[in-house]
Amino acid sequence: MMSGEMTFSKSEMMIVAAARALAGRQVCFVGVGLPNIAVNLAKRTVAPELELVYEAGVFGARPARLPLSIGDPTIVTGATAVVSMVELFGYYLQRGLIDVGFLGAAQIDRFGNINTTVIGDYAHPKTRLPGSGGACEIAINAREVFVIMRQSRRSFVDAIDFRTSPGNLGGAEQAERIRREGGWLGRGPSVVVTDLGIYRFDEGGEMRLESLHPGATLDAVRETIGWEVAIAADLAATPPPSGEELRLIREELDPDGVYTK
Amino acid sequence: MTTSKVASMRDAVRDLVRDGDTVAIEGFTHLISFAAGHEIIRQRKRELTLARLTPDLVYDQMIAAGVARKLIFSWLGNPGVGGLGAIRRRVEGELPDQPLELEEYSHFGMVGRYTAGAMNLPFFPLRSYFETDLPVANPLIRPIASPYGDGTIYAVPPLRPDVTIVHAQRASAGGDTQVWGLLGCQKEAAFAAERVIVVVEELVDEAVIRADPNRTIIPGLIVDAVVVEPWGAHPSYVQGVYDRDNRFYLDWDPITRDEATTQAWLREWVYELDGRAAYLEKLGAERLASLRPSGSAPSGSVDYGAYR
Repeated sequence: MMSGEMTFSKSEMMIVAAARALAGRQVCFVGVGLPNIAVNLAKRTVAPELELVYEAGVFGARPARLPLSIGDPTIVTGATAVVSMVELFGYYLQRGLIDVGFLGAAQIDRFGNINTTVIGDYAHPKTRLPGSGGACEIAINAREVFVIMRQSRRSFVDAIDFRTSPGNLGGAEQAERIRREGGWLGRGPSVVVTDLGIYRFDEGGEMRLESLHPGATLDAVRETIGWEVAIAADLAATPPPSGEELRLIREELDPDGVYTK
Repeated sequence: MTTSKVASMRDAVRDLVRDGDTVAIEGFTHLISFAAGHEIIRQRKRELTLARLTPDLVYDQMIAAGVARKLIFSWLGNPGVGGLGAIRRRVEGELPDQPLELEEYSHFGMVGRYTAGAMNLPFFPLRSYFETDLPVANPLIRPIASPYGDGTIYAVPPLRPDVTIVHAQRASAGGDTQVWGLLGCQKEAAFAAERVIVVVEELVDEAVIRADPNRTIIPGLIVDAVVVEPWGAHPSYVQGVYDRDNRFYLDWDPITRDEATTQAWLREWVYELDGRAAYLEKLGAERLASLRPSGSAPSGSVDYGAYR
């Protein structure tokens, strides 16, 4: 893709779109992989005051390099606080102090319910995936959830094989009732950023394409989603990455291209 | 003067890890005792139940070596890289003569289990698991009504390992252990356990511990053995001492994808070596030197005050 004179990859567009969505947010729970680079980009651009929380037990991280794992020593040096994991999940997440939790998924459905556990039957899986980690409690307790993942027919499915992390369950009405009755602090998924576009959730709690990335087409979107996807009437075009956003990704955040290939 | 609990890794594992035990080698990315894992493999322990939030490479290696019948965990993968092939093959039924039973939680569920174990409680309550398939997959995750009438939450049972093994920056000979950097759930896993092995980079005088009591996470009171094993956490890391060997984690990916390659690695790097010193020599001084921190970042010191 071209941005003015610059070319950029689908991964770079996805990272930039996710980072921009963090504008105005204060406390973000950082996940492994793409969320890690998106959140670190947001801190350097649209959300300089953003507090980075890592499930490994760090509040207010100031990572000097972008680590391969999210338990890297660079998230400790210079942080505001290092706490045990029971404190992190109990005092910070369950207490309701996390504005945004970032999740990835192997499978997602139209209501934003997520599977990261197995493909196939649980007892005899076709593919064994990593499992929940902290995702299940993040989905329930973070004030809102951002999902970042690539689109494909295998991942955007009509019915997920296993519900690891709840989204809008069977629809907004049911999800709102259960959240209210159960005293959940989280309001569930609010944004899904893919390599093709940006989705938000409509009144029925269903994913709706709100913005199409440069170079992506509605045909490509429909071909990579396993249900009849809703498209916003006022569909926007995602502005391409700026030169500065690309420079930060390439020179500071991911100089080896680990995330952006 | 407290009695010295200092032991060799060989003796500590021989005396304190028994066939059939539930073993927790804890440490979240940081401070994972690969040295203990490798010694358990060499001593051919069997029928263990292995508990860890993230099985990581250490359990992939131990399970490939056949020490375990069951795994209790919350996230199964090589972070930022890919899968753990040896575990995956056994779970997906590729090696039907080497089955591996799984008992699966979320991270909060696992740290809650250790916390309940450490506090001698019958369960740990948490706001997780609602509307998911996890309680179906693992019936030990159960809904409970609040005794105060304000709704339903989930409970997980206590986890009480027979042995917990943690790596740390330093301990006294009596087992008073200090850690800085990521704390994971080592304190909870240690207090939950019947027996505790502490593996350290450095053995220090008790006065060093007493000069900074806020940094002590485990008292010698609950420690059975102190093993002095510098670099014992490689390819994991020790804050301020050596970095995570990310190259090793990347290199593991093609190895773990194939059972024969995994077994060949175990022969070369575990069975044919008699201990950690041989492992470090084989790894080479240059590799180790490359893992030292690029600079220094000392803590400010605090004044505890003297009160006579």
